[in-house]
Amino acid sequence: MQSLPAIPNIFKLKRGTGAPRRFQDYLVILLFLLPAIVLFLLFVVYPIFQSIYYSLFNWKGFGPAEDFVGLENFKNILQDKVFMIALRNGFLIIALSLFAQLPLSLALAIMVGRDLPGRVIFRTIFFLPYVLSEVIAALMWLFILNPDPDRGFINAVIELLGGDSQAWLGNTDLVLLAIFAALTWKYFGYHMLLFMTGVQNIPAEIEEAGRIDGANSFQNFFYITLPLLGSTIRTSVYLSVLGSIQQFILVWIMTKGGPVNASETMATYMYRFGFVRFQLGYGSAVAIYMFLLCLIFSLIYQRLTRQPDYLTGL
Amino acid sequence: MSRKIYTILSLLLVAAFALTACGAKATEAPAPVATDAPAVATEAPAVATEAPMEKVTVTWWHISTAEEHKAVWQKLADEYMAAHPNVNIEITVLENEAFKTKLTTVMQSGEPPDIFQSWGGGVMNEYANAGLLKDITNDLDADGGAWRDTFAPGALGVYAYKGQNYGVPWDMGMIGFWYNKELFAQAGIDAPPTTWTELLDDVKALKAAGITPIALGEGDKWPGMHMWAYLVTRLGGKANFEGALLRTGSFTDAPFIEAGHKLQELIALEPFQDGFLGATYGDEATAMGNGKAAMELMGQWAPAVEKDNSEDKLGIGDKLGWFPFPMVEGGAGDPGDAVGGGNGFAIGKNASPEAIDFVKYLTTAVAQQALVKINVAIPVVKGGEVGMSDPLMITLQQSLANAKYFQLYYDQALPPAMGSVINDSIQGIFAGTLTPEEAAQAIEDAAQQELK
Repeated sequence: MQSLPAIPNIFKLKRGTGAPRRFQDYLVILLFLLPAIVLFLLFVVYPIFQSIYYSLFNWKGFGPAEDFVGLENFKNILQDKVFMIALRNGFLIIALSLFAQLPLSLALAIMVGRDLPGRVIFRTIFFLPYVLSEVIAALMWLFILNPDPDRGFINAVIELLGGDSQAWLGNTDLVLLAIFAALTWKYFGYHMLLFMTGVQNIPAEIEEAGRIDGANSFQNFFYITLPLLGSTIRTSVYLSVLGSIQQFILVWIMTKGGPVNASETMATYMYRFGFVRFQLGYGSAVAIYMFLLCLIFSLIYQRLTRQPDYLTGL
Repeated sequence: MSRKIYTILSLLLVAAFALTACGAKATEAPAPVATDAPAVATEAPAVATEAPMEKVTVTWWHISTAEEHKAVWQKLADEYMAAHPNVNIEITVLENEAFKTKLTTVMQSGEPPDIFQSWGGGVMNEYANAGLLKDITNDLDADGGAWRDTFAPGALGVYAYKGQNYGVPWDMGMIGFWYNKELFAQAGIDAPPTTWTELLDDVKALKAAGITPIALGEGDKWPGMHMWAYLVTRLGGKANFEGALLRTGSFTDAPFIEAGHKLQELIALEPFQDGFLGATYGDEATAMGNGKAAMELMGQWAPAVEKDNSEDKLGIGDKLGWFPFPMVEGGAGDPGDAVGGGNGFAIGKNASPEAIDFVKYLTTAVAQQALVKINVAIPVVKGGEVGMSDPLMITLQQSLANAKYFQLYYDQALPPAMGSVINDSIQGIFAGTLTPEEAAQAIEDAAQQELK
């Protein structure tokens, strides 16, 4: 900080008399912030309050909301079996993301982040799915998972190996796994990129020192690489959890939350009520629950992971 | 290092664009009905003439994305504008699902287009109730009902709510079984079934011959729902449904539950293709169009979609046949009663007299004949049927004309929230997660909420 050219601190600027100037200073700050604040209030804060307001009504979305029902929507949601399925699916996707998708991304990041031959090509290939639009990815997976072995790639391979083809998206037990496979395929490249940047930021000397001190690859990984990736992992977990809670497009296109709600997520549940059934009040209440869930998670998570970050310099 | 990453990223971005382009081409759209153009906005230029009258702009949203069909609408608009130089018609063509989403948004902001695609029934009633549509009853009744009398009354009634018309139809058809004659013959069936028992027997015969009896896209829910709705109509007839609708009866009345049991008899035979619970209507049409399944229960658009979704784009051609939903032994409904629906135009609340006059033009016999000629509509206006040549369409139209009771699709006839519950519940019966009693109860619960 000291080495930088001195930036005049407007809080401490004192020209002539004190108090009125101070007020003017705040005014200047406010004026500069105004455009951003207005946009933020208009497009972020206002809709949240609007949702809260509508969630208290039985409202179809047309005309003024008049039928005030208090907290009934919130109560009904908790009593709806389908919402519970959506909630359970949300947690399942979170768990699978954390314990299957992230380790996979990390493993690949370590492989392609260092000295694997042709690593640029691999990186590109692994990152490709993430750049595709979710809609395209979902349509592609619909073809790949087609139950007819003449048309679906996965079933064709299974039949070739002598197995029985499966109706991946038509089987209530398999559908969530099939969707998770598509989700993993779509997003592992993103987390891989995050991890890769993290891995590349670890100075090679540290690991080299470890090796000289006699650490084997496993020890090197668990005692050096992993701890030094701490902040990256925390970011990845955070994004992964929030993304799982909000997952919509892929699920909606592939299954619309079906069959019989087996792949419902909170977002598809919300959309169904808001825009298919025209129960915008109820849908808003679902949105509030989602909002609260994300908020609570964020607060707790930030508290839990707020620790002296010895990586800042790296 | 970071420079390298930037290079990689930029390259990736380029590659992604290239890939998305390929991907979009390679994916044959599984969405229902026609979907070639996602959202092409055709701007109709105003005809520049020194018109003494005030300039009027008419906004018109339709979902007829198929090239031939789009061209007919455009031509009609051009003709009208040429005859009325003061009117400028702005056409917006939207794909079916995109249309529904976009319409919901403009409706919520209270600014409907002047003329837009509608299927009548519950959704339209919802809009009418919110004061977003224009009552055109007086226009229909003007000159001694000159306009009204051109329509088939049943079809026009679909666009009426509490005795007032908020729109008009341009197409009306019915659901029935489309079947593959060749596959039926292979299974030793010489005539299509006329009773439910015969249908079950035919399903068994087809299965024994190693043929998938019925193609079903139950992932979309509505295809299977129609099967149940037809069973209810055959078992209970007009009085049953109207009783439940007007709340003198209930959706847990015997025919609704019995229909579920009949449906279970069929499901127990496992007549559907593998993975039908996750399949879309597009998959259903693909199976039929490629000759991989013996029949499907679907509306008047089925042959066109089968063709579009088949590998050779020809469908099964002459091998395609049609028979009405079989009668159910002991049912109270008339075997001729039809479940169906069609397309129409609703009129937005801000529509000018010119907009209504233009809709009048769109529903003349001549306009209807233009649609009939390209096989995209079953006419609803007298004289519109001139030029109908497809024998299957003629059979279907006659069945419809002879129906004593016309039942609009359940998911359109009822409020949207109920239609959605019906679709979900019936899918439960197909998946075996709900009993007919539970499904009926879920529908009745929704009815108590929605049909007050």
